[in-house]
Amino acid sequence: MDLSIAALLTQDGITNGAIYALLALALVLVFAVTRIIWVPSGEFVAYGTLTLAGMQLGKPPGTVSLLVGMAIVAGLLEVYVCIRRGEIARAPRRLLLWTGVPCVIAALVWWSAPLNLPFPVQVALTLAAVAALGPLLYRIAYQPIAEASVLVLLIVSVAVHFTLTGLGLWFFGAEGSRTPAFASASFQLGNVNVNVQSLLVVGTSAALIGVLYVFFGRTLYGKALRATAVNRVGARLVGISPSFAGTLTFAVAALMCAFCGVLIGPITTIYYDSGFLVSLKGFVGAIIGGLVSYPLAAAGALLVGLLESFSSFWASAFKEVIVFTLIIPVLLWRSLTTHHHEEDE
Amino acid sequence: MGILLRARRLSVSYGRVEAVHGISLDVSDGSIVTVIGPNGAGKTTLLSATIGLLPSRGDIDYEGASLTTLTVEERVAAGLVLVPEKRELFAGMTVAENLELGAFARRRSRDAMSALNDVYRRFPRLAERKTQLAATLSGGERQMLALGRALMARPKLLMLDEPSLGLAPLIVREIFSIIAGLKMAGVGILLVEQNARAALQVADYGYVLETGEVALEGPASDLATNPRVIDTYLGGSVPASA
Repeated sequence: MDLSIAALLTQDGITNGAIYALLALALVLVFAVTRIIWVPSGEFVAYGTLTLAGMQLGKPPGTVSLLVGMAIVAGLLEVYVCIRRGEIARAPRRLLLWTGVPCVIAALVWWSAPLNLPFPVQVALTLAAVAALGPLLYRIAYQPIAEASVLVLLIVSVAVHFTLTGLGLWFFGAEGSRTPAFASASFQLGNVNVNVQSLLVVGTSAALIGVLYVFFGRTLYGKALRATAVNRVGARLVGISPSFAGTLTFAVAALMCAFCGVLIGPITTIYYDSGFLVSLKGFVGAIIGGLVSYPLAAAGALLVGLLESFSSFWASAFKEVIVFTLIIPVLLWRSLTTHHHEEDE
Repeated sequence: MGILLRARRLSVSYGRVEAVHGISLDVSDGSIVTVIGPNGAGKTTLLSATIGLLPSRGDIDYEGASLTTLTVEERVAAGLVLVPEKRELFAGMTVAENLELGAFARRRSRDAMSALNDVYRRFPRLAERKTQLAATLSGGERQMLALGRALMARPKLLMLDEPSLGLAPLIVREIFSIIAGLKMAGVGILLVEQNARAALQVADYGYVLETGEVALEGPASDLATNPRVIDTYLGGSVPASA
């Protein structure tokens, strides 16, 4: 290996790592606020790519039906809760929020798909559609059991993962999709050939992380999510309901995954079931951060990206093996260095 | 003075164990009602049920309407606020952020943050420590922050669980003078205390809770001179401290 190959691999690794970093941050966020290990995050990545690919082909993506279906189920759940609590007057508003809003987004996507709108508009619609799936999924699968133990939530997550993969096959079909590159240009930086595409991916990830930093550090809703993560009872006592926090968290996390899907589309072909492997790499990054530290999770994800690209050069047949083997020393190191306390639930 | 909180035949259970057996209790606005009693009498359980953290049987009315179908968050938004025994602060966040979040239930009203200056005036120490993390505060400062955070919600009924627990006598006196000041501002206060002497001094009315039942009740000044209360809770002539 010479320096130019090393530079190329590094560039590749950082590009992928930036995408994994977004996923890792989404996983840490979801776990911190709701204690859910979000196994199905990968499906949201795949949905992101497949939705954008569908729009580029000019046909309404499967997301439309999926969104409408989940919105109807969530709306029915909300109405049922209103009736059981004897607050029928509140039902229309809840129905509008849970069924109306997602259906409007779905209709927009469905209507605009054949119009071949400019790329940024297509991306925005893709992000909106996939982000809207997050709160719906939380409402349907997790909110009814929000007080359950971490283990039960994990088991449900695995079930949701298989369900969403199946729904992905049903709605998007078995063919893989790849979206065109955002930019094909490249330039020389010293000896190194730098892809504008890579710069865009890394830049977008960094910008999104910056936006999240401001959201959590400066806005009331961001602080409310942090407060829920720090002290669940305290959060309830100031009026932050766990279901509100969960819904908002899933919206933010689904948006991050949709971004991953858009960014990864030009790099690899994505099938309905490709998300899982991608999310596992984000998960390794999140584990390096112990599922609690955001900076460590992002750094861990970058490490995973670099390890992946270098191992695909030296031993391409084993690249996944090498990446996932990393989790063993990391877990050993974490279990030896962190202070243990019994889980109090 | 209107009745703010009215509990009738209130029973609370942890699983199959009943901790509070059919209590009746009233708090009117602008008054301090104290519940004293030994450890394990069900005082904290009573407050947890009133804020909605624990399910209960019987009736609880707040401002004339039943509370039973409301969630914790809806009760907070209605002005029913609890300062729990464990304070439950947001440890990794700053004092200012803790206070800001205290007004979360009122976020849609224009003057959501208007209580902030009032809190800083009552607790100058919190203003000095604005940018410090809650985890780095002393015990007394934490209690002040917990009280301040509750005041940010502009409570009509403030429930305090052992506000003097683990605090030095000087700070206890400060906390109790603030409680008396809140009463002057028209806030109804339900005060649960083991420090019966301090509680009965500041309260208008008192209940003595023993093994989940009301053993005695009456105006606080009567309870303070009741021989049985003096014997059991005021420790004869020895000043009681938490």
